[in-house]
Amino acid sequence: MALIAVDDLHVHLGESHVLQGVSFEVPEGGVTALLGRNGVGKTTTLRAMMGLVPRRGSVSLAGEELNRLPTHAIVRRGVGYVPEDREVFAGLTVEENLRLAERNGSPRYELVYELFPELKTRAGQKAGTLSGGQQQMVAIARALLNDNPVLLVDEPTKGLAPLLVTEVAAALERAAQLATVLLVEQNLAVVARVAQQVVVLDSGRVVHAGGANELLGDPDRIRELLGVHGGAH
Amino acid sequence: MTRVARLAVPLALMALLALVPQLPLDIPVIFNGPLDSPGTLGLLALCLLFAGVALTYDLLFGFTGLLSFGHALYFALGVYLTTIALTKWEWSLWQAVAVTAIAGILVPLLLGAISLRVGGIAFAMVTLAFAQAGQVLVQKNPDQLTGGEEGLGLNSDPLPDFFVGVLNAKNLYWLALGYAILVFLVVRSAVSSSPGHVWQAIRENERRVEVIGLRPFGFKLIAFVLASFLCTLGGIVWLLVLGTGASPQVTTANFTLTLLVMVVIGGAGTRYGALVGGFLYTLLDQRLGSLAGSSQVQDLPTIIRKPLSEPLFILGTLFILLVFFVPGGLAGLGRRVRLLRRPAGLEGAR
Amino acid sequence: MSTFILLTITGVGLGAMYFLIASGLSLIYGLMGVLNFAHGSFLTVGAYAAWEASTHVGGGPGTKLVVATLAALAAGGLVAALVELLLIRPLYRRPIEQVLVTVGLALALGALVEAIWGFDARQFPVPSWLIDTTTIFGAHIPNDRFLEIATAAIVLVGLTAFLRYTRYGLIIRAGVENRAMVTALGIDVRKAFTLVFALGGLAAALAGVLSGVYFGTIDPSRGTSLLIFAFIVVVIGGFGSIGGTAVAAVVVGLIQQYANYYASSGLGDLAVVLLLAVVLLLKPEGLSPKVAH
Repeated sequence: MALIAVDDLHVHLGESHVLQGVSFEVPEGGVTALLGRNGVGKTTTLRAMMGLVPRRGSVSLAGEELNRLPTHAIVRRGVGYVPEDREVFAGLTVEENLRLAERNGSPRYELVYELFPELKTRAGQKAGTLSGGQQQMVAIARALLNDNPVLLVDEPTKGLAPLLVTEVAAALERAAQLATVLLVEQNLAVVARVAQQVVVLDSGRVVHAGGANELLGDPDRIRELLGVHGGAH
Repeated sequence: MTRVARLAVPLALMALLALVPQLPLDIPVIFNGPLDSPGTLGLLALCLLFAGVALTYDLLFGFTGLLSFGHALYFALGVYLTTIALTKWEWSLWQAVAVTAIAGILVPLLLGAISLRVGGIAFAMVTLAFAQAGQVLVQKNPDQLTGGEEGLGLNSDPLPDFFVGVLNAKNLYWLALGYAILVFLVVRSAVSSSPGHVWQAIRENERRVEVIGLRPFGFKLIAFVLASFLCTLGGIVWLLVLGTGASPQVTTANFTLTLLVMVVIGGAGTRYGALVGGFLYTLLDQRLGSLAGSSQVQDLPTIIRKPLSEPLFILGTLFILLVFFVPGGLAGLGRRVRLLRRPAGLEGAR
Repeated sequence: MSTFILLTITGVGLGAMYFLIASGLSLIYGLMGVLNFAHGSFLTVGAYAAWEASTHVGGGPGTKLVVATLAALAAGGLVAALVELLLIRPLYRRPIEQVLVTVGLALALGALVEAIWGFDARQFPVPSWLIDTTTIFGAHIPNDRFLEIATAAIVLVGLTAFLRYTRYGLIIRAGVENRAMVTALGIDVRKAFTLVFALGGLAAALAGVLSGVYFGTIDPSRGTSLLIFAFIVVVIGGFGSIGGTAVAAVVVGLIQQYANYYASSGLGDLAVVLLLAVVLLLKPEGLSPKVAH
């Protein structure tokens, strides 16, 4: 059974009809990758699911309709969010950034520090002074702190050096053992490593959904759906 | 509505308004005396005047999207400079008006050029700052020119006879009506001209205007100077209509805020909204105070009577209610009524 | 020299009052993006609640002042919280309407106060030890200045500690930076909004009481006249920054005092207002909340 079902999602931003009836399902467990060229609406899809932009349509989690709920209520249903551009709080320390994300009595600090030991050493450092990669770790750690059954992750490897990309991919694998992950990603190598399912968007609609291996083994199809570089940097 | 019909309504209205001083018509509760009595004409003149002044503010705020908290400065400029010229420097009326008019172009040109370097809230605060500076200057009473807190009495000798005295209330009424019509025509034609279209585009989305290749600054400055100049003229008319002189109350931020309230009540950026809002607000402000003295209200328990005796309390509360339930102002109310009468099929289309 | 000391301490005393008003304004705009024109009304409401309470209490001016302050705090905090809950919260996501509502409220509350108490100034209960002066380096400083400075210092420390060490303080600090992300962490920021409004109301009411002590009287226009300076302080000090607000408040108070004395009376007010224009023109981004709401 699908854990998440998105049905006929529409989003208008300004005068632009960004999402024109997006429908797809995310099976429970593992990683589903949301792919597409730049500007097709991948980030907007995640933001709509989070309730961060006005939307029309249906988003349900384990059968429960999320669409009428405000963002904080959606998150409390068990959705962790790692936004594009990380959006850590620069004026707060690393420890404060994490503490802010605590939602119930048992935050998983051991897990988070095991995945990202640097965060423990830099706990008292202001998040604004961290490098891009370290900020990304904070952003992912925030979402993992609570045992969310769902994680929405938006381009976590963007702008990171190859070594850090590997580290993030490993973290995603670990996260996928604990939650269902919907991952927006341009880096196909990462997708190949962590994802089992893929959903491809184009011009605000879903144009393909299926197994990750099938798509990634087919270079022509990749070029057709994602352009020459497969949408990667 | 056909072209002719569109013109007919405002023309008919103007004709009707022009005839008012000849009508010995009694409208109880709303007015204290018949329409052609000096008291009522004076009140109506004030209402028409502020209808015009509100529209000058709407040009800035409703049409160009420039939220200014310092519009009072230009009104005060009109009031004070003319009073000083007539009373302290003993110039003739036409000299005073001419010089004030020129100042009404130069001052906003200078201050606008500075203020418009920033946008949004920063612009609002800078305009507030300049208006405050004006208020302080008036309070400081340099060279005993402004009369400080007490204001400056108007020397009516240089004024032509037809503007002075109770018997000439109807002339002052026509002056105020003329001002309102002038502002209406000027704003109407400015807004429908091509710079006017750019103003409305700027209000919607300034970025897009830049993308087309136009530089918003120049257009905003034109709107600013035009609105301020018309407001300065309003100050001169106010002075003549009231006939008493300059008072520091016109320099306050509160004064600008009441203009904002007038515009929002009527409906910002609509054809007649600001005019209606300015007229109604002034009418209520003047009449509610007298109503409070009436016997029906005096008999009410203190806890209701006291707040009701302050027009500003009623107006402020009314304003809040309007913002909540009718954000488009009275003009928006009109539109909503028209929408309700449309066949059900169009309801979804927004 | 003694004049200079008197001016300096008076300037800091004035700055203390500005800080109390401005701190609330700063947090409200920083967190909520609302330019609260009714903030001066919170001050006025607090001041008049104080005055009213003092007339119903026996004892010397000292007792009256204490009771008055408690009444002011209660009134200011309560009114501010109610305003947020009833008028501001329903207009969430409609920032222009929120500002307009505060404008209407400022006019209505001001008129209400005037209706009930009239527009003449009322005598404020001031114990004689506050009117007495203390001599420092030859300067005779009225003791109320010290009260103002001490009060503002306590509030400054208290607010900073609240922001640093409590959960709501953490939420507010994060929310000033990026309100959307705070909600994306599952936090309902609306409670923080009400809290910030209430805190602002408390501080403004306190400023109202202190202004009554400083001027010896209270009148309906006090809130509006001080509000302008509070706006200036907030703009110069930076929205959402308590430390910046404190520094800016002192600077504004000092400039006002020095210019009014050394240049010419009234010039201080002019100087401060023009300082606002200058700062805005040089640093307009200082006004935009950290992330677009």
